[in-house]
Amino acid sequence: MPEPTEAESIRERINANAQAAPPPAPQPSPPPTLQGNASAALSIRGLGKRFGETVAVNGINLDVPVGSFYGLVGPNGAGKTTTLSMATGLLRPDVGKIWIQGVDVWQNPLEAKRLVGILADGVRLFDRLSGEQLVTYSGLLSGMTRDTVAERVADLLRLLDLQDAAGNLVVDYSAGMTKKIALACALVHAPRLLVLDEPFESVDPVSAANIRDILQGYVRSGGTVIVSSHAMDLVQRMCDHVAVIAAGRVVAAGTIDEVRAGSTLEERFVQLVGGRHHAEGPAWLNIS
Amino acid sequence: MVKHLVTLRLLLLRNGLRRSPWQVVALIFGAVYGLGLLLIVTFGLVVLGNAPVELARTIVILAGSATILGWLVLPIVVAGIDQTLDTARLVNFPIPLGQMQIGLMFAGVLGIPGIVTVLAALATATTWWRHPLIAVVALVCGVLAALTCVVGSRMVASLSSTLTSGRRFREVGGTLILIPMFLAGPIIVGVSSGISNAQDALPGVAEALSWTPLGALWAVPSELALGHYGIAGLKFLIGLATLVVMALVWRRALATVLVAPPRSTARASTHGKLGLFAVVPETPTGAVMARSLTYWIRDPRYSKQLILVPLMPALLWFYSSTNDSPAFFNAMAPIAALFLALAIFTDLSYDGTAFASHMSLGVTGIADRTGRALAVLVFAGPIVLIFSVVSVMLSSTWSLLPGILGLSIGILLSGLGLSSVSSATVVVPVPAPGDSPFKSPPGAGFTTVVSSMATWGILSLLVAPELTLLIVAAVTGQALFSWLALVVGLILGLVFFQMGIRWGGARLDRRAPELLESLALQR
Repeated sequence: MPEPTEAESIRERINANAQAAPPPAPQPSPPPTLQGNASAALSIRGLGKRFGETVAVNGINLDVPVGSFYGLVGPNGAGKTTTLSMATGLLRPDVGKIWIQGVDVWQNPLEAKRLVGILADGVRLFDRLSGEQLVTYSGLLSGMTRDTVAERVADLLRLLDLQDAAGNLVVDYSAGMTKKIALACALVHAPRLLVLDEPFESVDPVSAANIRDILQGYVRSGGTVIVSSHAMDLVQRMCDHVAVIAAGRVVAAGTIDEVRAGSTLEERFVQLVGGRHHAEGPAWLNIS
Repeated sequence: MVKHLVTLRLLLLRNGLRRSPWQVVALIFGAVYGLGLLLIVTFGLVVLGNAPVELARTIVILAGSATILGWLVLPIVVAGIDQTLDTARLVNFPIPLGQMQIGLMFAGVLGIPGIVTVLAALATATTWWRHPLIAVVALVCGVLAALTCVVGSRMVASLSSTLTSGRRFREVGGTLILIPMFLAGPIIVGVSSGISNAQDALPGVAEALSWTPLGALWAVPSELALGHYGIAGLKFLIGLATLVVMALVWRRALATVLVAPPRSTARASTHGKLGLFAVVPETPTGAVMARSLTYWIRDPRYSKQLILVPLMPALLWFYSSTNDSPAFFNAMAPIAALFLALAIFTDLSYDGTAFASHMSLGVTGIADRTGRALAVLVFAGPIVLIFSVVSVMLSSTWSLLPGILGLSIGILLSGLGLSSVSSATVVVPVPAPGDSPFKSPPGAGFTTVVSSMATWGILSLLVAPELTLLIVAAVTGQALFSWLALVVGLILGLVFFQMGIRWGGARLDRRAPELLESLALQR
């Protein structure tokens, strides 16, 4: 559990960044009286999760304003995927609350899930379906008519350069193509909030640029995107907000400019997270 | 390097044991079973020392040949029986081929089956305790025969992995192998009734086998005892040559595997074909149904269960003709209903983490359950109806038709209801998508047996009323009970189907995150 003072300071920082809407009155004590920000696209309070002995998420508070392009960065094992899984109703938190557009995710899971599109990292797809079938499946599952689905599937396959492979089974796709088809599945029901876990991993630069255009257009039209990534450059160029997560906590959050405070995001990240070695590799790895 | 590979094998075993207590239980059971087998075999072999040489010879050759054959066939039947040292995973390391081969051979011996085989083969020497010289020869032959077993099975495993590197081929081939397996019962009964009819022929069979790679080594000591020194030498050479050839073939296959690791093949694309998704109702339930049906066709883990269905009439015809009782034949439809309904009792485990997409899209538990159950009903319904009519037609017991229909429908519907609940409750380890449908992941045996036993037990209670009525109808010959069975089967079936889907759906809504967590652990 975070010490109260630290939690306070984090919350103040987060609340300062929350867009519009009056920030919730600062609470003198941590959970269970934490209040979410109803006007935020995603609002997380006092989130915690433990796997056996390991504490994966240790009291995360976060507000993602509507219409923001929000980057989530952190070292390996920092708890990004766990946080996003809990935020999207895939993993039950031990403590804490999550609201999506004011809907409590764990009180009204079905209602909340209709508002979100998820690209989860490290889960399988129904890969014995063809790409086209898989996206159609996602569309039909979210309750759309077949005609609407067909129209959107065609658009998505075209935008993501997957037309040629549309009839192939997803199991035969390359890693990048699999990512893209999973992204199409997340987009097909036109969610208000997109949660993308490592969306650019193993995607080629051209497709990545196309995807970025799609996402930026989506944000301009009022949608909200959360991406987790290791690519600092990408986050700095693409996102307008960023949160740095380390050891299951938010160590910094705000607009990109606020967080990077003059230096590059990567430098600031290393500074915040630590753990950078300034040694050369071991002597035996010097080939010359 | 050899030592490293062997150590790696033992380390993997130890870590596997640490991960799951069930594996310890399985290992202990296996060890006790193996030890018991070994004691019996050794005792028998010692006793054979007092028997006439001809008898001892016949028994040792037949049993020995069967052992080698078993080792050769096993890798095909149970692909991945021991993939702890999968060659595909060693590809990246610069290990000289010869050393890898020897290392893999020793690692292959270091399992319960390998150890038992080696010790049992060595025990053949005890038969000759009266003739120390022959006993020494028997020891040497025993070691060679045991090596033949291990090298042979490794050879077959490598060969099949080079042949089946394409996904399509692997999946289809893996499924087709089931056919002889399902028919194994009749084949064994046929062969063994042939044997009992012709017990006098056994020495002849053994004699013939002793000239083949399977039996040659086992025959050497007895040839010596009979004073056929030349023949003994010849058979020893046959055995030795077999081992050498197998080792060379294995080496070739291994070399091929190392440079051409298995990869997937892409099929020609057919753009714009939605398949079943174009015909199902435009609802989440319909979508789930189309997806399930597609998987029944495309995923070998499902389709292997379908292969049983057309074979079932043949199997039951065989049993009813050997037992001279039409009752077996009439069981066709209810058995088919049973298999098809319980085929999805761990449906969620087959999904694996792909189930997350149902969760993230907010599919209700009811829609999920209904879709899966309806998918089975679409083909199981007609199959069960046809089987019912055909079976009474062939056994000419038309008066039982309503009852058989009632029982089959009852089993199918109640079973689907039960599966809807069980698959939302337990997650059992199953082969991952794309793996061989026979590969049993660690810890699978016990949990699967326990949970399927429970399911079968519950189902037998659910269908007890219509089953009782059908039996009464069959015994008394009164059509009334037959019709009663139909009515009761239909009503109870529908009730349990409804209840199962409701209850299973509610469980799924409530426990989905926990289920997903255990599904993620299965990987």
